[in-house]
Amino acid sequence: MSGIQDFIANEVKTNDVVLFMKGTPEFPQCGFSGQVVQILDYVGVNYKGINVLADADIRQGIKDYSNWPTIPQLYVKGEFIGGCDIVREMFQSGELQSHLQEQGISIKGAA
Amino acid sequence: MKSSITGKLEAAFSPERLEVVNESHLHAGHKPEFDGGGETHLRVRIVASAFSGMGRVARHRAINDLVKAEFDAGLHALAVEAAAPGEPTRW
Repeated sequence: MSGIQDFIANEVKTNDVVLFMKGTPEFPQCGFSGQVVQILDYVGVNYKGINVLADADIRQGIKDYSNWPTIPQLYVKGEFIGGCDIVREMFQSGELQSHLQEQGISIKGAA
Repeated sequence: MKSSITGKLEAAFSPERLEVVNESHLHAGHKPEFDGGGETHLRVRIVASAFSGMGRVARHRAINDLVKAEFDAGLHALAVEAAAPGEPTRW
């Protein structure tokens, strides 16, 4: 258990933007994960996708890590941002883009 | 499940407005066990003064904490639209 928590902590601390999702950014296997992928791609930010379907320990471990019951989960600079609803609301209001820029993370997409 | 969640939300937040919508039929076939007829995917729309001054994650956590039993009983996804009075809603 602690090994998984250490793995997750390392992933979110060593990658600026991490998305725990079902499937991969190239082939999401869940509509909610797919929506977040589309938003991140539109914003034009580099991120690491981690497929929780590939590892049952990560799938449960990420829920424990954040005390959040569902997937996807987006992390920026080690901070849990939210799931699909929150990411979409932040994208639509422009907060997601401004938050990334405030964190010094480059985005290529339209403002 | 919809009625138990509605009751818990009413008791906890005394909401001005509340809707719990069953969207499970939209996800039929997404996994073999989702036949669209159960309560796997629900959406909560809620306006309550309790959310004033709370961030998005805190609002979701407050709701998720109430429905742990439902997640354990087979709820798969809970979409949340939580607003404080005066904030814009889309419903």
